Amino acid sequence: MELFHDPKIDWLGKKWYFLGFSLIFSVAGLLSIFFWHHLPLDVDFRGGTVVRVKFSAHPDADRIRSAMDTAGLHDARIQQPYGPAANNEVLITLSLQATSASAIDQGRATIVNALSQHYSQNGSQAQGKIDLDNVSDSTLASWLQQNDPEHLGNTVDAQTRYQNQATAVVHFRDDQHSGIIDSIDDLRGVVDPAVLAALQQNAWLSGFSVRSVEVVGAQVGKVLQHQAELATLYSLGGMLVYLWFRFELIYGVAAVVACFHDTIITVGAFSLSNQEISLTVIAAILTLIGYSMNDTIVVFDRIRENLRLSRREPLAALVNRSINQTLSRTVLTSGLTFLTVLSLFLFGGEVLRGFSFALVVGILIGTYSSIAVAAPMLVAYQDWRSRRGKAASLPAAKKARV
Amino acid sequence: MKTNIKTRLIVIIAVLVVFVFGIFRVPHGLSGSALKQALLQNIHLGLDLKGGMHLILQVKVDEAVGTETDTDVASIQSDLQKNGIAGAVVSKPDANRPDFIQVANVPAAHASDVSSILENSYSTRFDISPGVGNSWTLTMKPSVENDLKQRALEQAIEVIQTRTNTLGVSEPIIEPYQLGSYQILVELPGVSDLGRVKDVIQSTARLEAHEVIGDGQSWPDQQSALQALGGYLPPDAELVQSVPGAASEGSPTAWYELKKIPIWGGTDVRDAQPGQNPNTGEPEVDFYLTSAAGSKFSAWTGANIGKYMAIVLDNRVQEVAVIKGQIGDSGNISGGGISQQRVKDLAMLLRTGALPASIAFMQETTVGPSLGADSIHQGILASVVGFLAVMIFMLVYYKGAGINADLALFLNLVILLGFLGFSGATLTLPGIAGVILTIGMGVDSNVLIFERIREELRAGKSPSASVDQGFAHAWTTIVDTHVTTIVSAAILFIFGTGPVKGFAVTLTFGLLANLFTAVFVSRVIFDAHLSRKLHGEPISI
Repeated sequence: MELFHDPKIDWLGKKWYFLGFSLIFSVAGLLSIFFWHHLPLDVDFRGGTVVRVKFSAHPDADRIRSAMDTAGLHDARIQQPYGPAANNEVLITLSLQATSASAIDQGRATIVNALSQHYSQNGSQAQGKIDLDNVSDSTLASWLQQNDPEHLGNTVDAQTRYQNQATAVVHFRDDQHSGIIDSIDDLRGVVDPAVLAALQQNAWLSGFSVRSVEVVGAQVGKVLQHQAELATLYSLGGMLVYLWFRFELIYGVAAVVACFHDTIITVGAFSLSNQEISLTVIAAILTLIGYSMNDTIVVFDRIRENLRLSRREPLAALVNRSINQTLSRTVLTSGLTFLTVLSLFLFGGEVLRGFSFALVVGILIGTYSSIAVAAPMLVAYQDWRSRRGKAASLPAAKKARV
Repeated sequence: MKTNIKTRLIVIIAVLVVFVFGIFRVPHGLSGSALKQALLQNIHLGLDLKGGMHLILQVKVDEAVGTETDTDVASIQSDLQKNGIAGAVVSKPDANRPDFIQVANVPAAHASDVSSILENSYSTRFDISPGVGNSWTLTMKPSVENDLKQRALEQAIEVIQTRTNTLGVSEPIIEPYQLGSYQILVELPGVSDLGRVKDVIQSTARLEAHEVIGDGQSWPDQQSALQALGGYLPPDAELVQSVPGAASEGSPTAWYELKKIPIWGGTDVRDAQPGQNPNTGEPEVDFYLTSAAGSKFSAWTGANIGKYMAIVLDNRVQEVAVIKGQIGDSGNISGGGISQQRVKDLAMLLRTGALPASIAFMQETTVGPSLGADSIHQGILASVVGFLAVMIFMLVYYKGAGINADLALFLNLVILLGFLGFSGATLTLPGIAGVILTIGMGVDSNVLIFERIREELRAGKSPSASVDQGFAHAWTTIVDTHVTTIVSAAILFIFGTGPVKGFAVTLTFGLLANLFTAVFVSRVIFDAHLSRKLHGEPISI
């Protein structure tokens, strides 16, 4: 099977279309960054409090809102649904201002308390009942030990027995049912009948479960932001130096410009779609800087090889021929990586959503740019040089190909 | 040629065996659950998969410097007193500069004495400079101050380690956090109850005994206390709030004027145990001092009978009592309706030692166990789908050679997981993404080689020559592409934290393994295949 059989596409003839396409996307991204959504930063960089809560049924935003208002958290942002609607998840966010420096976890504690008070049924919480949706296994074990529904007394055997059952309940809840128990009756078979009876009588289900909490102070966020900027610059610099060393400076410059173009469009896509940039997104962008270099190298390698073989051919034609010769491998390699990234985007879950989104966009743009940005830049550079009456041809290579 | 293939095959099988061992070691059986258990034992999961807490703490090291200079202030005062110099005021004038001591109002007659006392005893640790009107300023030398801060950080780490051990956390990580100054990174797998962790970690647990100035009088609030003292607090005194019931059963919270320098302090406590008040049966904490502090305390109480003394814990007066006689090396904390649980925790905290300075929380990330479990499921699903998609595509597109690529890819995965098992590196959720990405990027090498082979075949070369040329020409490109991606991953590893580091690790390992599988293994499979064919017979690619 072969996707591209000896293609003869005039890539350089379409350079104005490419330029237009690149400009539209970069400028749209930049406009959005400067004037519209700006750079939507994740809590990692921005600082603040984010609590991710899962509910047993479709969460009622108004109800959560009123719970937050009662607790005095008027600036809480409630993002609902978070992820697929079937997950019944909500993201509750507090700004950095509401996340005071002295008591960094206060916001989190207030949110959780507000929820458990609001979702307490018939004052279950006030009656000192135990909430099976949020209890930890050690607390449940000591609660069982204290209530001793199986009348085992205070022995080591009893302790192990209750501890094992507590662990089984928590395992049932967390590992098999995503943190929420639908009904206490579901625990039949998980625990002994006597324990089940005790739970039915003295435990309740709040119907929500805190899945993750992130609290970031201003200082940490700033440091991370600075680190991310540095890392991106070092990556681009590292690529420039490597390509300079392997080819010629102009190849390195062309590749880095293409990479920079990819980075801007990818970041712009985050701004346009108002998705938050987190630490893992930065990781994805850095990976892209390395990866989108790959296709560029494949094309450059071929250009250099052809330059050595046929010195008479006009550069534009030679570059076209090189792109066409390597087209199938450029498309295949990117396409296969794209397949894996797509599967990550579709099945990898909410936590990795931003990461895989960056890769999905970045790989498409990266492949496009090695054909449409990097290679034409070499030709443009040569045209510019010949207009100034300098040596007409592109330096082939410093050394013979290994 | 044949033997050559055999040796290379043996190398490949040996590598396979070694890395499979890396993944599973010796499992207890071959059943699914036994293998799963063996896998989980060898591959460490990160907090984002296992659930747990990630904290960044700031040690307020300036406080440690402040405590040190407080002692120096006291010792300068006593040095001056010993030499019969009266009237000089030793103080720390700037609250924001704990490293800064001022000696002022020195009578002109004693100026040279003071100068020589300071030079002789304090110049090793302080930069001393004379100021206007017979005054001197002592600034702690930067090297001394840094040592002090560093020691405070190390002590804090040690204390937190001991305390988290009592929480029963397995494999906690407590280490200096490199991105901040004097910050600590704490990772507690399997813990999600922040309230308890916070109490245990953040309690300074600094237990001190202070002399109460005057006859033990107190004021209901800070304002009235200052008023009663004429709006002026002597430099060696401080106002400290008490817990309810500090003075007597049921007494309300109040403010006391205490001597700043404690009679004994944090590091002087040797042991602490939960106990019971023999008279009331109420819970209390019994503490014991080290022998040096004990004898100091007994001498001091002997000399100050009739005065008042306060026991202060974390800057709150716990108890105020009149000194009725010499007190030895023990005492107790009670009152304030202290609960049984609090008594137990407090005794533990005092036993593990005081923090040298208080601690602030800078960042907290908690991943609930249910989210971790879901993340694992999603990560595995995405990996399997991505892996299968790539494998099927290679089979369809390259037919026979596709099998070759798929074998190499599978081996790549085994080596990557084996690497993780051997190195003890942590697998995080982005790390799983790194595994998926490795599959996608790893197959790129095969594509580069196969496309080149096809090109050579089209140019009319024989199959074996084409394979030869294909590998030879693709090699430099493969090295180039690997280097660029690994450079990116290395920068990520250097700058990244936690989960992102995990991603950089798997990506790097995966790509290194790929150099072996795509270039060496795949070549051996081709050669083995070609050696069974007649010369010039076509290959499936």
